[in-house]
Amino acid sequence: MAATTETIAQVEQATGKYKYGFVTDIESDKAPKGLNEDIVRFISAKKEEPEWMLEWRLKAFRRWLTMTAPDWAKLDIPPIDYQDSYYYSAPKQAEKLKSLDEVDPELLATYEKLGIPLNEQKMLANVAVDAVFDSVSVATTFREELSKAGVIFCPISEAIRDYPELVQRYMGSVIPVGDNYFAALNSAVFTDGSFVYIPKGVRCPMELSTYFRINEQNTGQFERTLIIAEDESYVSYLEGCTAPQRDENQLHAAVVELVAMTDAEIKYSTVQNWYPGDENGKGGIYNFVTKRGVCRGDRSKISWTQVETGSAITWKYPSCVLRGKDSVGEFYSVALTNNMQQADTGTKMIHIGEGSRSTIISKGISAGKSQNCYRGLVHMHPTAENARNFTQCDSLLVGDKCGAHTVPYIVSRNPSAKIEHEATTSRISEDQLFYCLQRGIGEEDAVSLIVNGFCKEVMKELPMEFAVEAQKLIGISLEGSVG
Amino acid sequence: MTALLEIRDLHASVGDKPILKGINLTINTGEVHAIMGPNGSGKSTMSYVLAGRDGYKVTGGDILMKGESLLEMEPDERARAGMFLAFQYPVELPGVGGMSFLRAAVNARRVEAGEEEIDQLGFVKIVREKAKLLGISDDMLKRAVNVGFSGGEKKRYEILQMALLEPSMAVLDETDSGLDVDALRIVSEGVNLLRDPGRAMLVITHYQRLLNHIVPDQVHILAGGKIRKSGGKELALEVEESGYAGIDDAA
Repeated sequence: MAATTETIAQVEQATGKYKYGFVTDIESDKAPKGLNEDIVRFISAKKEEPEWMLEWRLKAFRRWLTMTAPDWAKLDIPPIDYQDSYYYSAPKQAEKLKSLDEVDPELLATYEKLGIPLNEQKMLANVAVDAVFDSVSVATTFREELSKAGVIFCPISEAIRDYPELVQRYMGSVIPVGDNYFAALNSAVFTDGSFVYIPKGVRCPMELSTYFRINEQNTGQFERTLIIAEDESYVSYLEGCTAPQRDENQLHAAVVELVAMTDAEIKYSTVQNWYPGDENGKGGIYNFVTKRGVCRGDRSKISWTQVETGSAITWKYPSCVLRGKDSVGEFYSVALTNNMQQADTGTKMIHIGEGSRSTIISKGISAGKSQNCYRGLVHMHPTAENARNFTQCDSLLVGDKCGAHTVPYIVSRNPSAKIEHEATTSRISEDQLFYCLQRGIGEEDAVSLIVNGFCKEVMKELPMEFAVEAQKLIGISLEGSVG
Repeated sequence: MTALLEIRDLHASVGDKPILKGINLTINTGEVHAIMGPNGSGKSTMSYVLAGRDGYKVTGGDILMKGESLLEMEPDERARAGMFLAFQYPVELPGVGGMSFLRAAVNARRVEAGEEEIDQLGFVKIVREKAKLLGISDDMLKRAVNVGFSGGEKKRYEILQMALLEPSMAVLDETDSGLDVDALRIVSEGVNLLRDPGRAMLVITHYQRLLNHIVPDQVHILAGGKIRKSGGKELALEVEESGYAGIDDAA
């Protein structure tokens, strides 16, 4: 309890600091609507960035202007008016909530459902108004302990100022500015995110975690995360997007880059619960995210685990470039869609290094009238001598108005490489449901139990505290899918 | 003696096909009744109709449990009200941990009864105790529900659930099917331990041999969707000797 109180105190302190960084006049915190070079300059100036960063952003912006949004996914994306959005909105100054009574009851109910304890609820209620706030708070809270180990964990805007040589060396090295339409947009206008650096031989003493939340209306969210793990280091990073937002469609185009050196390991877990829109498909987040890690060193390992339950539309393919000899890539995914949600998600495993191995376990659950598509690429380059991949894609249908699709791409340029692909599609059987009902378990709980069972292989990859949350999240996300 | 379960002129169909054609049956608290009948006589239909399974439509009559009609109740509501069905073919729930499943079931009932939910540690203790009596190993409890269980293990697991849920009305659907002699003995002993003055049981079986172990108070012969004959435990032996053909003729 004492620790929690302390955390809250520290968090409050951190917000206090922020107050001075962002002026009191809330209106002036926003850049004018729309997107042009001036806006990019505005963002860079607000962030007090060095010249090289501005140049980098402008390069990305100019590149973006020449690009078109990808249309190959099995998604029905309404046209997005990029000029009708705010690209810079400094965290709205939180009116300090005096008591829990002032918090949106619906929000409270959600936290309750997620099983987040009351004190944390208080903390998160304040966090909720400011996405940056939380990553600052985590870093602040444990900064001393982390710095003892030599670990850097801070907002990326701070890293640009304090560790320019690291940022310059690695930012865009995994996902170049022109990689794709949304990555280019992010590179031009990203406003925050996390930076993590684990020095050689260090095992990060704690799980690093960040909670993201979109606060403002008509605002895009473009966070950027960069994680560098030097030789023989280890880090587990958790990303939670568990706070819902009840608004119009909003664009979330994040970029995450991971770099693992020799014998290093990065474990990256996501529980994504952006607001999915209502049952008629109104509102919700467009989650167009580019995540990629490169295993640069021999025997390095990158593991992606994602539980995707939110967002109106998800376009996301966390990938691994396996350059190092005997490097390992893993992708464990649960993607759940309900109502009118659409998800096109999967991974790319690019095998370059000799003896590189990858595992893909994907569990797609479709309910309501949703469409859920697994799309994955396994590419064995000519250099990938004796490389191996195992892929398992399972789809589960709840109800008869949803769709499940599996689109695996397999390219092998090396005859010694081995690739295995298994796929199944099933329904929740009436037998299973009746069996649970007969034991007195209500229908929604029964579906949640069965679906969680179906996802078990992936859920067990999540760090413990996230696994419990994710399990409950699956139950909540399935509400209204039966009966 | 009070009537725990009263089945009154029950008619039921599967699809458009009438299966039960006027069943009358009263089971008092503390009693064990057996229903015997040939294949296709409507035995399994009867168990599903009692449990309220989708697709089993009651077209006439009524089912009362403790004086209240079950017909408007959903299967899970019936279960929480005290109706338990031990399945002939228990279904596998891949990935669903046994302990979480059992606890969800027990807590659903406790919440309904206005009791506190039971915590994990306390629950594990209770389950282990009851499992021991049924020869269920810790390893089996750790596995996913019914996944990779042998026929005998599945049946024992059904009885374990019955022991944990403490139903007032237990229906055992062909619990003896697929069991060898030893397994049959273990399962029957488990059931006998659960005989209780406050509980009634309906044992559905094709063969008399189960009734040597679970000795019923009354035996009913079901054929062609109706109860053709009722009697004491000796009726089961009669069937064993002369078969169901004679009973059908008698009706």
